[in-house]
Amino acid sequence: MIGQTLKALGAALAGKEISSVELTQLHLDRIARLNPELNAFITVDAEKSLKQARAADARIAAGTAAPLTGIPIAQKDIFCAKDWLTTCGSRILGNFVSPYDAAVIEKFGAAGAVNLGKTNMDEFAMGSSNETSYFGQVKNPWDRARVPGGSSGGSAAAVASLMAPAATGTDTGGSIRQPAALCNLTGLKPTYGVVSRWGMIAFASSLDQAGPMTRTAEDAALMLNVMAGFDARDSTSLERPVEDYTRDLSANGSEKPLQGLKVGLPKEFFGSGEQAGCEAGVMTAVQEAIAEYRRLGAETVEISLPNMQHGVAAYYVIAPAEASSNLSRFDGVRYGYRAPEYSDLNDMYQKTRAQGFGDEVKRRVLIGTYVLSHGYYDAYYLQAQRIRRLIAQDFVEAFRQCDVIMGPTSPCTAFGLGEKSADPVQMYLSDIYTIAVNLAGLPGMSLPCGFSNGLPVGLQLIGDYFSEARLLNVAHRYQQTTGWHLQVAAE
Amino acid sequence: MNIWEVVIGIETHAQLATHSKIFSGASTAFGADPNTQACAVDLALPGVLPVLNRGAVECAIRFGLAIGAEVAQKSVFARKNYFYPDLPKGYQISQFELPVVVGGQLAIQVGDTEKIVNLTRAHLEEDAGKSLHEDFHGKSGIDLNRAGTPLLEIVTEPDMCSAAEAVAYAKALHALVRWIGICDGNMQEGSFRCDANVSVRRPGQPLGTRREIKNLNSFRFMQQAIDYEIQWQIAEIEDGRAIQQATVLFDPDTGETRMMRSKEDAHDYRYFPDPDLLPLIISPEWIERTRSAMPELPAAKKQRFIADYGLSAYDAAALTSSLEVADFYEAAVAIAGKQSAKPCANWVMVDLAARLNKEGLELSGSPVSAAQLGGLLARVADNTISNNIAKKVFDALWAGDGGDGAGAADVIIEKQGLKQITDSSAIEALIDEVLAANAAMVAEFKAGKEKAFNALVGQAMKATKGKANPQQVNELLKKKLA
Repeated sequence: MIGQTLKALGAALAGKEISSVELTQLHLDRIARLNPELNAFITVDAEKSLKQARAADARIAAGTAAPLTGIPIAQKDIFCAKDWLTTCGSRILGNFVSPYDAAVIEKFGAAGAVNLGKTNMDEFAMGSSNETSYFGQVKNPWDRARVPGGSSGGSAAAVASLMAPAATGTDTGGSIRQPAALCNLTGLKPTYGVVSRWGMIAFASSLDQAGPMTRTAEDAALMLNVMAGFDARDSTSLERPVEDYTRDLSANGSEKPLQGLKVGLPKEFFGSGEQAGCEAGVMTAVQEAIAEYRRLGAETVEISLPNMQHGVAAYYVIAPAEASSNLSRFDGVRYGYRAPEYSDLNDMYQKTRAQGFGDEVKRRVLIGTYVLSHGYYDAYYLQAQRIRRLIAQDFVEAFRQCDVIMGPTSPCTAFGLGEKSADPVQMYLSDIYTIAVNLAGLPGMSLPCGFSNGLPVGLQLIGDYFSEARLLNVAHRYQQTTGWHLQVAAE
Repeated sequence: MNIWEVVIGIETHAQLATHSKIFSGASTAFGADPNTQACAVDLALPGVLPVLNRGAVECAIRFGLAIGAEVAQKSVFARKNYFYPDLPKGYQISQFELPVVVGGQLAIQVGDTEKIVNLTRAHLEEDAGKSLHEDFHGKSGIDLNRAGTPLLEIVTEPDMCSAAEAVAYAKALHALVRWIGICDGNMQEGSFRCDANVSVRRPGQPLGTRREIKNLNSFRFMQQAIDYEIQWQIAEIEDGRAIQQATVLFDPDTGETRMMRSKEDAHDYRYFPDPDLLPLIISPEWIERTRSAMPELPAAKKQRFIADYGLSAYDAAALTSSLEVADFYEAAVAIAGKQSAKPCANWVMVDLAARLNKEGLELSGSPVSAAQLGGLLARVADNTISNNIAKKVFDALWAGDGGDGAGAADVIIEKQGLKQITDSSAIEALIDEVLAANAAMVAEFKAGKEKAFNALVGQAMKATKGKANPQQVNELLKKKLA
């Protein structure tokens, strides 16, 4: 049962081939064996997981099971889960047991899924390598000397090593798509506002969005069916009719199932001068995937995203600005870590935050504080917001000419542990292809499209607002004729 | 001696009378045990998000309409960032560049002059919690019950030029927010608190440097604090010292203001639009719906009282000082009849007010209802009783005699036999008796002593225990003595 898709596991549970308790225990055993080295989980609590599994078995027996009932799912440690340690990868929340469930946790609970554990992540989701976690770096199952990507690196490593059938992630600048690419997974960041942010610890509120990390597009659709939906507790949640994201996935028998699909190829991704920084092996795999799409009936058109080049700069103003304010609540007063010794209130604040936050978080809080300061606000924050609008406008233009945009997810395959951690700007450029999607609030996906020197390469799909069902279909058709996504790292 | 001009602007925090908080569902009731009315949002747990309470917006719209301001179609919530233990998120959600209410005016009355105070803006924001420094053995306690309570911060232009004007403004604003039902106005509980920005200058000079007196929670303290501050600033300048911009606190025990923080210590609040909240969009329909549910405003009511009831501007202003007084007055007049509008005004403002004051009661706790007072004054109007007897009946009403409703006075008049004697023959017979018994006074009057006439009237009234119609007594007596 290890390594099966959610769809297959659902059928096995329904057919009483295995119980949820057995399935959960199998994965807990695998975690016990592999996690000490991979470090994909921060918290595993067999007792809690098995209790949920027993409840799921009762539900299956009662005939009221939903598609994910009884299936263990790993949850990124950014989601508050009642009675679970919820750390967000930080020392400052190292002792925080949440008294409430995030909307995403509630929804998986209502669906009868089993919480398999809380996955490791870059501290407060700030990072592209999972090296900023207070709980230690995560190793890439494909090469344990390399990073799994970040910030949802623990989730990616957990699914790629088959410790979890699927996991949740969150994506502020690429944190689902980039680790999915580096670990050979299918990852989807939905349109901003599709998944409730209630209970998801905020990094950059206007950019954060939760989504699934799975082995197939079909599984991602099953996960999104559970995760999506309006939530009155999140003012940025969008009130829309409920969708079935699996609706376009059944076989249509056609040789060219994507006939009529227009794929936009941004010249900024593929053009000779601008592609500097993208590894040749990555570009080759991406080009081959696009050729496969042509075989599936899609036609390609060149498009332009002229303001995309300013995306990383704008992002590294807006995201730290919001983060500097969002992280102010971690002050040692009400919960979380407090410095053991201090002389007065200011000293308590300073020592608590100095000891509680890691370097990358401090760097971004400083940047954010600076760009919001009196006299700098217009030059940085407002200017970045202008760029953000221009980038969003570029996409509006682009989607007049195409249905979906394709390109690389990451300019490189998994890099070595420690290789970029001393150079923040190099690290920030890992998200060069993904950031603009968050700035515009669009849905984006990464799916496995080949290997370069034995390391997975991800193809990025970008869709128009609320086109998740189409993106999943486009990914699914590719996965029907290719086998990259089925490849698993050797143990 | 130098002539100084005083310039004052006021910022007021009015706590809005919503049942729940501005961004969470927790109760806003005052006085609960510490931290029992703070939910996950108020505690700023990781991952929580704010959702705007439409009731608070409704209050802001009402206020905007009441002062003739522009209610912004689009306003934006912003984060004001600073660290303090009773500020759980490390920022306060407020409005900065785009407030919900822009402009507006409020008329104030200082002595005989009316003055218009221009308002700059009013914006919605959340209150912080409270730090408690006593009873914790050297530590501080935090109570977050108040955190997230909705506030409307109301800012004036620097239009006031004396403590008296500032207090008149604060009182007029206090009356208005209660009138339109958006704030209970309880100053002891902190529901209505003012900051005064005070500066002085010589006439014709640019504005002086201001100092802000924080958290004035009584009109008396406001008067004292501003007066002290003005004198202090003038003395400083006259001694050759420049005023430094600062925030000060008023100490009621010493009657002085003292510095809390200087401009150098001022925070950079790093305001930016709150990404957790969408811009607040107020449709014209929402504004119109609110307008149609608004009570008649004090200024309009005052004009109507002058026109409909023939009241003086002074009386009309006094009777529209609060909605409660105005409603009481109108309810009494409705029963007494319009011809009693003026006596009714006097009764409400003088007799009733004095009695309430003496007994330490508010109008809402008056033992005499508007209907009872109206019923009483109707009997004065139709000459059933005199105004003097009316005072007696009023005392009986106060004591709870006569039952409820407009008929209470009638019951008392009947029971105590207070009905005025208007039968001329009866009064004539009575007068004859009085004249016979007081021959000496009659002689004095005839000798030209006018005072003796009044004494004879008094004797006649005494003989009827005050029930004779005094006017009739007067006329008949004159006739007999002629």
